[in-house]
Amino acid sequence: MNTPVESQPQAADRTPHKTGDEKLRITDLHSFYGESHILHGIDLYVNKGEMATLLGRNGSGRSTTLKSIMNLVGRRTGSIMVNGRETIEMPSHQIAYLGLGYCPEERGIFSSLNVEENLMLPPAVRSDGVSVEEIYEMFPNLYERRFSQGTRLSGGEQQMLALARIMRSGANILLLDEITEGLAPVIVQKLAEVLDQLKKRGLTILLVEQNFHFAAPIADRHYVMEHGHIVEEIHQHELESKKELLNTYLGV
Amino acid sequence: MSFLDINIFGLMGQLLVGLINGSFYALLALGLAIIFGLLRIINFAQGALYMLGAFVAWLGLQHLGMNYWVALFVVPVVVGLIGILMERFFIRPIANEDHLYSLLLTFGLALILQGTFTHMFGSSGMSYNIPDALKGGNNLGFMYLPTYRAWIILVSLVVCLGAWWVIEKTSLGSYLRAGTENPALLQAFGVNVPMMITLTFGFGVALAGLAGVLAAPIYSVSPDMGSNILIVVFAIVVIGGMGSIGGAILTGLGMGVVEGLTKYFYPEASTTVIFMVMVLVLLLKPAGLFGKEA
Repeated sequence: MNTPVESQPQAADRTPHKTGDEKLRITDLHSFYGESHILHGIDLYVNKGEMATLLGRNGSGRSTTLKSIMNLVGRRTGSIMVNGRETIEMPSHQIAYLGLGYCPEERGIFSSLNVEENLMLPPAVRSDGVSVEEIYEMFPNLYERRFSQGTRLSGGEQQMLALARIMRSGANILLLDEITEGLAPVIVQKLAEVLDQLKKRGLTILLVEQNFHFAAPIADRHYVMEHGHIVEEIHQHELESKKELLNTYLGV
Repeated sequence: MSFLDINIFGLMGQLLVGLINGSFYALLALGLAIIFGLLRIINFAQGALYMLGAFVAWLGLQHLGMNYWVALFVVPVVVGLIGILMERFFIRPIANEDHLYSLLLTFGLALILQGTFTHMFGSSGMSYNIPDALKGGNNLGFMYLPTYRAWIILVSLVVCLGAWWVIEKTSLGSYLRAGTENPALLQAFGVNVPMMITLTFGFGVALAGLAGVLAAPIYSVSPDMGSNILIVVFAIVVIGGMGSIGGAILTGLGMGVVEGLTKYFYPEASTTVIFMVMVLVLLLKPAGLFGKEA
């Protein structure tokens, strides 16, 4: 099942979900930073309540794909439908209001804001976000340190905060970039639990992940990226049979 | 009334002058710091907009009968709106170029404004009367305190502290701080950052307009009043630390006092003392007294 690079995704035919459930549909996306052409015609979709991952080596274009969805790249062409709305011409603050929550690779905790200010920063983009009480219940450390400078938190706590603030905003399509990077196994375990809870709430998640062992058990589908192309799409039940292929792509 | 060799009246008098100058420095430096924080540009037109504030107050009084109290509210709004237009039509189109271009642009706009007013009104100053309610003064025993001068210090302190409080302690201020740090991410969270930048520029510039109204009754209203004060204010922003809000306010007031004291003890150095402090600060703590080391 080698999905040709430039093809329209026939992938939808192979999923149990029907296209009406699509929260995110990217077609022939090209992205540029200045003169550099980073993404070369990306096609992907994520259904409601689904968790998809973007796997691949560093520099394969995974983070750029998430940034492109938020319109944080220099220039982008093609089509990005969010909840059935075309966003290719939208400024990024309007895209957020379609229910997107973005967690950048460097976590993006603001050092000039304390923990609580960081948590309260993103405006509510939808009405049914997780309440502050619930968030503090889920992450007691954040409550204890709510008046500390945001960047004084440990790496794991900062990652929790970066997740918590987009959960509070009510975003129901989460774009998460390398959330386990550089974190201790016990924290990674906690993050897996959090993602599991978010899935149970029906949130749609597109995850960029280096740690395949973290992503494999919790994700429904995987896209493999290389040189700005999507070179493979693998469903959860195909993981065993495509292990060899994955190894060659990812070098795990 | 002398203690050792110090004449208390003279010293207090200079201290007061220092505090008044410091009040203007603080207002202008605050505006510059707010603008620099979010836009990363140095607004060379801040002095010309301060001059414009004084002129709008003066013209309003001459031609529209707009009294001082009305001017105190109307002028900052007018100057702020001019700032908004400036940002929208001059600064934003070159926002992605090197910041040197916007610096030169604002410098050019300042010269055009100043030249226009010189052409229309000549370079000699106009006078603007102190409003009746603020005339007179009180003898405090150790010094005579003119009411209008006390008023300037009061207004400047209230506005500066109010701005500081909003920026450091409210959710509106957290947008501003976050936008200073990482505008792209803030926008991806759903905040209309381009709009915020325009309004912030308008607010920073409105502070200059307010300072202009406050200055009209005590300094003469003249086209070059802005360029005279601006260089000192830049030195103050550098001493306080570029973009540091509290630093701009405290340094503005502090340097006014330092200047006043120098006028008393060694008048010859009073016009250069702030620049000497600037050199020292740049050598010893380049990020400024209140700046964060990058």
